[in-house]
Amino acid sequence: MDDLSRFKQTYFDESAELLAVAEAGLLRLAPGEIDMDEVNAIFRAVHSIKGGGGAFGFSDLVAFAHEFETVMDGVRNAEIPVTTELVDTLIRANDVLARLLSHAADETDVPAGTTDDTVAALRRFLDKAGEPPDEAPAAPPAPRPAAALYPDDEDDEAGIFGDALAAILAARDDQPAPAASGPGPVPEGKVRWTIVFRPKAELLLSGNEPTYMLRALRRLGEAEVVCHLDKLPSLRDLDAELLHLSWTVTLLADPQVDRARIDDVFEFVADDCDIRISAEAPPPAIIPPTIIPPAEPEPVPAANLPQPAAPAAAPVTPAATTSGAAKPGDGAKRTNGGTGGSDHAGPTTHTIRVDLDKIDRLVNMVGEMVITQAMIAEHLRDLPPGQFQELLEGLEGLAQHTRELRESVMSIRAQPVSSVFSRMPRLVRECAALTGKEVMLVTTGETTEVDKTVVENLVDPLTHMIRNSIDHGLEGPEERERIGKPRAGTVHLSAAHRSGRIVIEVTDDGRGINRAKVLSKAIEKGLVQPGASLSDEEIDNLIFLPGFSTADQVSNLSGRGVGMDVVRRNISSLGGRIGVYSTPGEGSRFVLSLPLTLAVLDGMVISVGEERFVLPLTNIVESLRPKPADLHGLVNKCDVMMARGEYVRLVHLHRLFGIPKAIDDATKGLVVLVETEDGSRLGLVVDEVLGQQQVVIKSLESNFRRLDGVAAATILGDGRVALILDVAGLREMSRHGAGNGNASGGSPPPSPSLPAPADKSDQRQRQTV
Amino acid sequence: MSSSTAIAPISSRTDLQPSGAANGSEEQYVTFTVGSEEYGVNILAVREIRGWTPESRLPNLPDYVRGVINLRGIIIPIFDLRARFGGGLTQVTKRHVVVVMQVGERTRGILVDAISDILAIGHDAIKPPPDVDSGLIDAEYLSGLYTAENRMVTLLNVGKLFAGEHVDQDATRAALEPT
Repeated sequence: MDDLSRFKQTYFDESAELLAVAEAGLLRLAPGEIDMDEVNAIFRAVHSIKGGGGAFGFSDLVAFAHEFETVMDGVRNAEIPVTTELVDTLIRANDVLARLLSHAADETDVPAGTTDDTVAALRRFLDKAGEPPDEAPAAPPAPRPAAALYPDDEDDEAGIFGDALAAILAARDDQPAPAASGPGPVPEGKVRWTIVFRPKAELLLSGNEPTYMLRALRRLGEAEVVCHLDKLPSLRDLDAELLHLSWTVTLLADPQVDRARIDDVFEFVADDCDIRISAEAPPPAIIPPTIIPPAEPEPVPAANLPQPAAPAAAPVTPAATTSGAAKPGDGAKRTNGGTGGSDHAGPTTHTIRVDLDKIDRLVNMVGEMVITQAMIAEHLRDLPPGQFQELLEGLEGLAQHTRELRESVMSIRAQPVSSVFSRMPRLVRECAALTGKEVMLVTTGETTEVDKTVVENLVDPLTHMIRNSIDHGLEGPEERERIGKPRAGTVHLSAAHRSGRIVIEVTDDGRGINRAKVLSKAIEKGLVQPGASLSDEEIDNLIFLPGFSTADQVSNLSGRGVGMDVVRRNISSLGGRIGVYSTPGEGSRFVLSLPLTLAVLDGMVISVGEERFVLPLTNIVESLRPKPADLHGLVNKCDVMMARGEYVRLVHLHRLFGIPKAIDDATKGLVVLVETEDGSRLGLVVDEVLGQQQVVIKSLESNFRRLDGVAAATILGDGRVALILDVAGLREMSRHGAGNGNASGGSPPPSPSLPAPADKSDQRQRQTV
Repeated sequence: MSSSTAIAPISSRTDLQPSGAANGSEEQYVTFTVGSEEYGVNILAVREIRGWTPESRLPNLPDYVRGVINLRGIIIPIFDLRARFGGGLTQVTKRHVVVVMQVGERTRGILVDAISDILAIGHDAIKPPPDVDSGLIDAEYLSGLYTAENRMVTLLNVGKLFAGEHVDQDATRAALEPT
């Protein structure tokens, strides 16, 4: 990967984050009270994407981002009122921006017309806004961050560049003209600021544009800009990419314009220039009071002006530009302390980006260390006591450090669930619009951390559950009012750690599950025998059956019968469980319980002959030793057992796997009652249950291949390999081979129910709900 | 675990020629014995040599797939070379040796009786395997024969030796070989 593509990758990574920031901000944006911090954050996000995009020459993207940004600027200056339509349009614009970015990332062409509608919509808001902001500098509506690109504005340019030609002529004639206005008396009610702005020559290389800062100053009051040419080299020595100018700005401003506001203007460049700001002090010695455009390769400044969107239009090396343009956030952080600029309250986090593979390798090695350490401990236990006290103490310390190391390594992979939760407001908004319901989403516990793989796999199930709650659970606003509930329904999404697992709940205050309807639907679809008597809980759980849907009509949202069963399958493929609790008229609660990581599995170690296996704990219902009276033979020599009033087929693991020296008689061994994801049960006959253990999932396929009935492998505490059983696969095997020990040659078995370990070859099947 | 006798890093040696070099160039082979026979594999394929550690059996596979072991956190299959060539299962002792090899993307181990030598063998010195009844010997796994001081070393093509580890072939072998 060359340097440029690495920078590009960084740009795309950062842009993805910025898009998320913008979206989150947009979703919080509502008519009424407008949080300026929020608006500024959105503006900055779009602006940064635009800046970086310019550096790589993504012209479509830059042009669109500019439109987006212009509207945001209008919002920031309170020229464009915040309405629901505006927010919707901006959210759409954010999507379009995401699409443009992904086209840029794939290096594919953007289909013509992708942006047209949205641009038109954005422009409508601008047109409505009317006059540009500069008309009323005396009452600026909100503090503005620096380096902002303002909408093109004829007035403004006239002020800075209008007499440029004359000034250049004057300079050429070498006739120092007098300062346009000396330090006369300060008008009443005004403050005169003198700002000496001496940027470093390299300022332009980092994608900054002094013109914008001067313009921004002009907005703070009546500004007079004097350009200093003392450092300007002769044309022959001129390096067009460097900046040789400096400025003195005399600003007559209202008293409410304080020092921080002026500091803000230079916020992004504070490190790259020398700024002296003083109030009511005379300006320094004035060199020819000329105003010329900043150093540009060609003396046609006007050509660049209608498009301030392209800060990198100048032939600047892309690398240098990226580093500057892509990190305005860093600049903001650095200067925040000094200026007290309160409108840049971005969270200060010290983070680095690390390749996930590296972390996985680390996790792997730590896992090995834990095993090695356990092995040493086992050997040392046989030593004569008292003789090796120091060794034992050292080992004790080692054990403790290893444990801590393991925890911290696992925590590197952990992510707060907020990355998933933050996508939900958007979803709720869309669903509410589609169904015409009023919905309020409340989230709690966003900071709960869980392994990255789990977070990624949560999106689909949660999306479906929330859709489901809005579509099926909540009543329409009129109906709600009629029954004395608030018009807007509430969907509560929460996450919490509970006994080594993460529990996520989706609660709505809707009508609850209509049990009569569910039952009749289930009977109609042949999922339940007519006349069967089911408990309320059993009826509620019918919604997880494949092919079940209660919606009378297939709506856009749900009702296609690929619903909660897919959710349940997704959840159990993550080693999780899902339950539903519902009270008619008051609402329903869906409870997800998931392991904190997919790299580790809660398992039960069992023994068959001399072999050991691990059964995923989520599959196990119970283990029991049957009495001879519980066992029955079926015609095809398949044993069944009566367990809790239900006949369960017995599968002798040692017959299935051809293991010698194992217990064949179930009444002498143990039966582990297991349940597959679709709810069917099976009795596994094993020798012994050795105990529960957390095991690290290892791939068998990366060096060998998949085996029937085996989901993966793991390494036990003694360093030996144990196979993790795939219960659904075992059931298939036992069906084909009737437990006679030869299952090969059967039809292709279902894919294992366990997630494969997190190695590179891992391509987990994902169902879109 | 004291019996692990890794000779890695072999791959860091600099005098190795890429395979398929011109005639007369030498390549190094690790040779080992299974019973009275001596076999050799290209040293470039060998990752390490380690003492025998008990394996975990894999179900429903031909007996030459002895099972899997834990190689520093990764799980690799172990093949019994004696059983692979129809000599029955090896009765393992602590002195038996596993040659860990890299075959393409995969790491696998073969169980042999003992390591005997490392030989530099010129390409010219390798004689083609005799024309034998393919039903009798798996000729496709043999890349050639070499004579070293009155011993005959059978050079194995590692890639082919493990090439067909997919379900059909295993099923066929399981059917052919009495278990």
